[in-house]
Amino acid sequence: MPDMQTYWSTIATAAPEMYLTAAICAILLIDVFAGGARRPRLTGTLTLLALVGLAWVAVDFGSVAVRTTLFDGLYVADPLALVLKLSGLLFTAIALLYSGPALARRGIAGGEYYVLALTALLGIFVLASAGNLLSLYIGVELLALSLYAMIAFDRESPVSTEAAMKYFVLGSLASGMLLYGISLVYGLTGTLDLGEVAQRLTVEPSLGMIVGVAFVVVAVAFKFGAAPFHMWVPDVYHGAPTAVTLFVSTAPKFAYFALAYRLLSQALAGVSPTWTVMIAILAVASLAVGNLFAIAQANLKRMLAYSAIANVGFILLGFTTGTAAGYQAALYYTIVYVLMTLGSFGVILLASRRGFEADDLDDYKGLAARDPLLAVGMLMLMFSTAGVPPFVGFWAKLAIFESLWEAGSLVLVVIAAIASVIGAFYYIRVVKLMYFDDAPAQPRGEAGASLRFVLGLNALAALVLGLVPGVLIDICRNVLG
Amino acid sequence: MQGFGILSLLVWLPIAGGIAVLALGDRRVALARWLALAVALATVAITIPLWMGFDRGTAEFQFVERLPWITAFNSWYHLGVDGISLPLIVLTAVMTVPVIIAAWTVIEKRPAQYYAAFLIMAGLMIGVFAAIDGLLFYFFWEAMLIPMFLIIGVWGGPRRVYATIKFFLYTFLGSVLMLVALIYLYVQGGDYSLRALHELPLTLVEQRWIFLAFLAAFAVKVPMWPVHTWLPDAHVEAPTGGSVILAAIMLKMGGYGFLRFSLPITPDASRELDWLMIALSLIAVVYISFVALVQTDMKKLIAYSSIAHMGFVTLGSFVAWDIVAATGSLHGAGMGLDGAMVQMVSHGLISGAMFLCVGVMYDRVHSREISAYGGVINTMPKFAGFMVLFSLANSGLPGTSGFVGEFLVIIASFKANFWYAFLVATILILGAAYTLWLVKRVVYGPVANEHVAQMQDLNGRELIVLGSLAVGVLVLGVWPAPLLEVMQSSIHHLVEQMTTSKLPL
Repeated sequence: MPDMQTYWSTIATAAPEMYLTAAICAILLIDVFAGGARRPRLTGTLTLLALVGLAWVAVDFGSVAVRTTLFDGLYVADPLALVLKLSGLLFTAIALLYSGPALARRGIAGGEYYVLALTALLGIFVLASAGNLLSLYIGVELLALSLYAMIAFDRESPVSTEAAMKYFVLGSLASGMLLYGISLVYGLTGTLDLGEVAQRLTVEPSLGMIVGVAFVVVAVAFKFGAAPFHMWVPDVYHGAPTAVTLFVSTAPKFAYFALAYRLLSQALAGVSPTWTVMIAILAVASLAVGNLFAIAQANLKRMLAYSAIANVGFILLGFTTGTAAGYQAALYYTIVYVLMTLGSFGVILLASRRGFEADDLDDYKGLAARDPLLAVGMLMLMFSTAGVPPFVGFWAKLAIFESLWEAGSLVLVVIAAIASVIGAFYYIRVVKLMYFDDAPAQPRGEAGASLRFVLGLNALAALVLGLVPGVLIDICRNVLG
Repeated sequence: MQGFGILSLLVWLPIAGGIAVLALGDRRVALARWLALAVALATVAITIPLWMGFDRGTAEFQFVERLPWITAFNSWYHLGVDGISLPLIVLTAVMTVPVIIAAWTVIEKRPAQYYAAFLIMAGLMIGVFAAIDGLLFYFFWEAMLIPMFLIIGVWGGPRRVYATIKFFLYTFLGSVLMLVALIYLYVQGGDYSLRALHELPLTLVEQRWIFLAFLAAFAVKVPMWPVHTWLPDAHVEAPTGGSVILAAIMLKMGGYGFLRFSLPITPDASRELDWLMIALSLIAVVYISFVALVQTDMKKLIAYSSIAHMGFVTLGSFVAWDIVAATGSLHGAGMGLDGAMVQMVSHGLISGAMFLCVGVMYDRVHSREISAYGGVINTMPKFAGFMVLFSLANSGLPGTSGFVGEFLVIIASFKANFWYAFLVATILILGAAYTLWLVKRVVYGPVANEHVAQMQDLNGRELIVLGSLAVGVLVLGVWPAPLLEVMQSSIHHLVEQMTTSKLPL
């Protein structure tokens, strides 16, 4: 049937999302019917296989040379979307690799967990390819609802359910803000299509548009966890089981990047002076709040949560420039940050064992003597996050500094520089605990050799990408050129 | 242009060796030790063809390697040496050997990691001196903080954690400001290569800010008064090897930074602010010498002495314009820079040797307090001989390397202004005072207590270490010509750069 084929060729670019949806349904069904004690393991393996297939589909169908729109502009395929999707996919897969055994140890391993991770990934995909305010919103909600459920996954734990509840209430509020902002933008431009919004913006924004932009910015800030909309971050990071935190704190960042980029940098590019100021205030507030509060934390997960707020400040600094170089730097920073965060939470998982979460900073005293390889991995990740060469975190900060300088924002450069010095303190404090302090003898974490191998690769990636940073930087430059 | 070569080997051989030592681990410590020594010696051996093959007649960078690194930032893996960096590279390679030997049986806690840290440090420090791309320079410059942070923190004294975090944050803050300046230069010129940075035209206002940003990084490293306070803490708490590398090499990076970045990139700002640099240098020499006098801790005393001696380096570097103004010729300006360079190499040997001497005593008595010693010469005559020799060199005795650098700087500052010379020459008195007083209290006199009475004289290992450094100090003191000859063209070129204004006429 030639007709069918013609039709398929017009929508083939969206094959990754279709494949993923089908895979989610299939895995959910298999999980229900293929019972037995081995159920979570089977689902986990199937999920990883599905992700491998998804990577192939995404590259084969989703890679387009030029920006392509489908479904009347609801769906956009461009190189940026592909990079965001592949990053989200890769880091979701690694997160699932890390978290499987940890969930089993806590006795909460269930097939639903994998399905929820996949629906979250679908949300990331939809957001990455959103070409319309509606598809954008669907992506946000799909992702958010999956995350709420994942955080509450340990039903027995009051801390987890409390964290999920907090996230849900505040998240709903943020969704409302987003919807309200979107409705104002729609009302003033008369279109939901992001491209058309960009065309219909007046040079001098009306008061209504400024209010709409403000609501959108607040929603973006909430999703990213930027100060002063960061209240949920420490509680969620701390309250959720580490295996879930690992996922919540990493792959969704790509979706939020897409949200910020599609909404602010593309659709609202015409009024960028309005929102760059707001973003700059949020960025500086995040750097201050994140770095200062992180120093006071005694819990590693909470410390990493505040560190996340500070790092989001750096990502937002890239957006404040309103230039392609700034967005490239922000994308690079996001990828690098997610890589390092994944490793850091991976270390917590590897150091933990049944009945011992290893999430207090003091639990890391003397880790170098107890488990030298794990300590070296954490050392590399901490120095990388602090932005010390030869690790990749240095280049991420450098890219941000450079884009700020090119935009001529001297004040922001200096603030960022000082923030990175303050930040260095609490990262090297973890190294201090591991290497300089002695601790009473404790058993090592229970993690198996394969997980340790994954962590090794993760830490090594931080080093190799630091020694040879060109490839990843070039990718980020090309997709946002 | 050129591919990998001898400089890459110098940078990466110690690093690869360090990783190999790390992999051997503490279980096969004897093997790790010998491997570390072999790598350190091999690194020294590689510097020999570098030194021999170096063309003394040109100021161009030699042994250049240039490979694409980060095309997005137009940054290259670009290595090369000239007369300023070559002596410091050789010094780095040479000083790593005694550090390894000195630790031979002394370091009991995680020895393999200790050797590995120093080998990796050596590679990174050679990278700092060999990099002629601004970003690559910064890459090595910062990376070096990690092993040093661990060396002080793991193997240091009782207050090691405080000292090492202070060290890290102090230097990190200074370095970040330098990075900000470097990126600004790149945004202006679109190139990180050192030669391009040297030639980049800059207004006086730009130069002033960039100079201050560089100053933040280099002044902390040198360290100059008043940002020197991390050094006594770090030195005192660091293990012997850490102190040696800190004093012998890491402080030189600050001096090198002034010669390589501040003077050629911001000549007009350097000229405008030379009064500040001269004032800070003189304060370092005079005030810090007085501070050294009252120390009761041997390592602290030598640390303060280092700050005072590094004051000569910064003075020699920045006194040039006053000389030109006073004499009208460029010749004298070069003399100050010559002195600064010789002083760096010489201080590297002498301060390293002094810290090794303290280490030798510390290993036996486990105290750094001057009052814990007395009459060491009675139980350790060989050691006393070396200690006296290095102390005399530290106070600038003619015939030792300490004299050459100080003398050149004093003569140069005499040409500039009598009072500079007068003030800086006080080190000949003050330096002699604190060093010889130290010797008097520690080495001479009757045996102070039973600990001293039980001290064993130098063993063969220590004899080799101190002996070879003594030879270096004496040879350089009697016959500094080969060193001056290597530097000549580059110093001449630097004088031209710093006296050529970048401002539009």
